[in-house]
Amino acid sequence: MREIDVKLVQEAVKSMCIEANHFLGDDVKARIHQCMCEETSELAKEILGKLEENMKIAEEGVFPLCQDTGMACIFMEIGQDVHFTGGLLADAVNAGVRDAYVDGYLRKSVVGDPLERKNTGDNTPADLYTEIVEGDKVKITVAPKGFGSENMSQVKMFPPSAGRQGVEDFIVKVCSDAGANPCPPVVVGVGIGGNFSRAAVNAKKALLKPFDEPNSDPYYDEMEKVLLDRINDLGIGPQGTGGKTTALKVNIIAAPTHIAGLPVAVNINCHVSRHKERIL
Amino acid sequence: MEYRITEPFTKDKIKDLKAGDTVLLTGTIYTARDAAHKRIVDMIHNGQKPPFDIENSVIYYAGPSPAKPGNPIGSAGPTTSYRMDAYAPELLELGQLIMIGKGQRNDQVKKAVIDNKAAYFIAIGGAAALIAQCIKSAEVIAFEDLGAEAVRKLYVEDMPVIVALDPEGGDVYVR
Repeated sequence: MREIDVKLVQEAVKSMCIEANHFLGDDVKARIHQCMCEETSELAKEILGKLEENMKIAEEGVFPLCQDTGMACIFMEIGQDVHFTGGLLADAVNAGVRDAYVDGYLRKSVVGDPLERKNTGDNTPADLYTEIVEGDKVKITVAPKGFGSENMSQVKMFPPSAGRQGVEDFIVKVCSDAGANPCPPVVVGVGIGGNFSRAAVNAKKALLKPFDEPNSDPYYDEMEKVLLDRINDLGIGPQGTGGKTTALKVNIIAAPTHIAGLPVAVNINCHVSRHKERIL
Repeated sequence: MEYRITEPFTKDKIKDLKAGDTVLLTGTIYTARDAAHKRIVDMIHNGQKPPFDIENSVIYYAGPSPAKPGNPIGSAGPTTSYRMDAYAPELLELGQLIMIGKGQRNDQVKKAVIDNKAAYFIAIGGAAALIAQCIKSAEVIAFEDLGAEAVRKLYVEDMPVIVALDPEGGDVYVR
């Protein structure tokens, strides 16, 4: 048994929220640069170039990458030999989010009730996912998620007869329907299988996967590449003004499902694909 | 084509713009998102004076992040425009000249742009730190309770935008 004071979780969440909003991962930066070099449209090249300038300004730590500093999605893999002390885990996570968004001058974008719509004033509550794993460590992933892209996401419950073709066509159509709205170039997280809720959570987790590592399942690795080509063939381009770069990456997570179903969730992220990871 | 447009903003200054042109915009613009639009339109319906003169106004669909000490504003990129489609035609009828946001508009907005010889510009979504460098002053002038969604009066210098809908009906998203 290892004891971990929740204060450490609070501090980690705070610094990761601030860091994620100012620094993109090297894999995302490299991919945007590669796309800029490969674009043939002048406007598309110019837009991708401006995104690179934007990253440089944000890295100075004064201005976040995007004004929509997101809803704080937090994933925790908790070793089953860990015992949290000093308070409730969820309270510590929310305190970390509050500290980051208030002290870090990040935008408070959360309303307490979806219909009443009064801002909570500190960007809480966090969207927290916990999973029990082996060991005595805690892995925290912080992924602030903007809603321009979140609003373009979809879940669909297919019959098994839809097969791979039906699934692929749906994923491409979600990107096509989204058009310019989610700030392309986008990252496409896909959850296939599970149930209604599992598919959606897997689609969100798929957005956290690194760009520069192949899918561990060669079947889905190939499918990701086919989908990326199909989505980029749509010609939507950076910001929707045309070009080859509509998506930077497609990531798929598949899961066992019911004999009667084939759930598919597509979670769209914008090019500001923010996530930071830390192990306690 | 590349243009530089400086205030006062008039129909004459935007009449030759074509969808896909890039513009560097200098002058006073106002931020408003869905919540502020709803209040502005309600005020007009109730016979009240809106927080700024709609005639020849430029409205930027944006909710900035908070300003750090020493800066006029935080990051300030565009939000997705379709959420303002319900309100935009009425404001264009009242003389609003330019909308700035990101993403496609519906047919009613496109028609209102043509009918009123207005324009819809897009700023680069997610280039919010870069755009903030063009904002030289910012002041909340209405609906402070809305926080990031309050109406702000901004002075921008050489703010980079792309013409998405031009006064003649050209649409950058139609290929």
